[in-house]
Amino acid sequence: MLTIDRVAGGALVLAGLIALWESRRFPLGTLHRPGPAYMPVVLALLLILFGVALVVLASRSGRFADVGWHEWRHAVAIFGACAFAAWGLERLGYRLTIAVVLFFLLFVLERRGVVAAIVLTVTMAWGSFYLFDTLLRVPLPRGPFGL
Amino acid sequence: MLETFQNLLLGFSVALSPSVLWYGFIGCLVGTLVGVLPGVGPLAGISLLLPATYGLDATRAVVMLAGIYYGAMYGGSTTSILMRIPGEAASVMTCIDGYAMARKGRAGAALAIAAVGSYVAGTVSVIALMFLAPPLASFALRFGPPEYFSLLLLGLLVLAYMNSGSMLKGLAMAALGLLLGMIGIDQMSGYFRFAYGVAELGDGIGVVPVAVGLFGLAEILITAGMKNPPEVIKPKFRDLLPSRQEWRDSNMPIWRGTILGFFIGIIPGSAHVISTFVSYAVERKLSKHPEEFGKGAVAGVAGPESANNAATSGAFVPMLALGVPGVPVAALLLAAMMVHGVTPGPLLIKNDPKLFWGFIASMYVGNVILLILNLPLVGLFVNLLRVPYPILYPTILICSILGVYAVNSSVVDVWIMLATGVLGYVLRKLDFETAPIVLGLVLAPMMEMSLRQSLALSAGNYAIFVTRPISLTLLLVGTILVALALRPVISRGMDWRARLPAES
Repeated sequence: MLTIDRVAGGALVLAGLIALWESRRFPLGTLHRPGPAYMPVVLALLLILFGVALVVLASRSGRFADVGWHEWRHAVAIFGACAFAAWGLERLGYRLTIAVVLFFLLFVLERRGVVAAIVLTVTMAWGSFYLFDTLLRVPLPRGPFGL
Repeated sequence: MLETFQNLLLGFSVALSPSVLWYGFIGCLVGTLVGVLPGVGPLAGISLLLPATYGLDATRAVVMLAGIYYGAMYGGSTTSILMRIPGEAASVMTCIDGYAMARKGRAGAALAIAAVGSYVAGTVSVIALMFLAPPLASFALRFGPPEYFSLLLLGLLVLAYMNSGSMLKGLAMAALGLLLGMIGIDQMSGYFRFAYGVAELGDGIGVVPVAVGLFGLAEILITAGMKNPPEVIKPKFRDLLPSRQEWRDSNMPIWRGTILGFFIGIIPGSAHVISTFVSYAVERKLSKHPEEFGKGAVAGVAGPESANNAATSGAFVPMLALGVPGVPVAALLLAAMMVHGVTPGPLLIKNDPKLFWGFIASMYVGNVILLILNLPLVGLFVNLLRVPYPILYPTILICSILGVYAVNSSVVDVWIMLATGVLGYVLRKLDFETAPIVLGLVLAPMMEMSLRQSLALSAGNYAIFVTRPISLTLLLVGTILVALALRPVISRGMDWRARLPAES
């Protein structure tokens, strides 16, 4: 049976194997004189060990099929908005990027009224910029036309 | 003793002078706001505001910056309790039971207990700092690399042993955190590990983006799309006061957290973070109802909150007495002092008693200011819960992105937050606790460095870890913990942790 712990254990083993593979680029050193790959290799092996143990002892955990992922569409949309923010911050500037993200989240995703969405978007995007960049002098990125 | 009190009087004459008091107040206020903002912790807050102190004299500058530090420690609990987003790394443990209390309609009580616990811890630990600084600092000096390695290993074992899921899962998450901590330049060889050409990863992955991703973004991803989003709690004013039972349940955890936090705070490292983990673990272990932890146990808020504030004072011991910064924030304060021509260390007390004792006295005053600031404002913070969730979470998202970006002005940090947000989302779906990842990440560079330094000291002989008494003691405690964890498995009995629910 595919249980939660079997899936999680398998993922840990995979992560450990990837870390182990990537560690080959650096000198391992010796047991008595560890190199830069020593600790990552030890940790990757531990991760594999814990993953295998989870798989072996997984019989008592719940079924993987019972894990609810019903909110995944919403989660993907929010993640997409955040990814756009990360992409746009230094290209479009803080205010434009945050305004687009906020309007998308409030109007498109959460179905708020267009006026409320615009007011909240403008207030939060420009207000937070004024507070941090102008008053607190935290340099925030500017985009086209100084926005 | 008499001399100490005379010095303290001198300190109060400095700290209560109107201009110093004013800058202390500004520091506390700004610090609380900095702590409340998700992602902008004390380190970022002090870094951002350091240039603003250049025009001040040393006493005012240090008092203001210290105010930001412990103000942020106070404020950090607010977003942890109300939104499950740690304002700074030391508030990670408060998220668990603080947020659970909020969901049970006890947000006000959790905030009030956090504020009172922080006040008690702050005040008691300043008294301890005043009397115990010299002898305690010299004890901490006995810690060499082997002792550090054993201490850090013990810290991870304690955390894994005490987490609400299985020890195996806790250890796996700690290993994952340690592995993430391997990213960046290897300090001993200069190799650029796992960076794939991203120059920003040279200093490794920051704690702030990982903590905000694992705790903040993951929570938003899970709850934002729910058909029934978290109920908006509208507490009445009387709900803001903790009940008599809640006061009783938080009394001893506050004192234990204070003592633990102060002593752990003296040891260099991310002491205030570690102290909260240890305090939480101790409270759960000592509790008559460990099954309530994770579901809104008041001791799970009182203990860690007191511990992190006590550790704040503890962290000042090596900085003031020896000129050795134990935590990054202390390093910034040290830098601020040096900018103003003051050299911290054993001679500071002798050469500049006004600054030293003024600083100590300002900490007493600062704690009173923070209590006055925080308790009446608890109602204001609770009002945040009245904002509809579809409006609240975009605001939190923007604060998180802004906070994470502002630390290093780096988009890479925002991407790290996104990646760890998805990781946290999946891990929570699979019933994993994510707190050990954060601790592993914080401890990884120190742990690796102390291991390799120890082996360099002993010419590669691992016996160095068991031939030094402090290191041996710490390892023995760790071994006992592992044995205790394995005993029920071996005897096929039920582990007490199996009866506990996973962190929700």
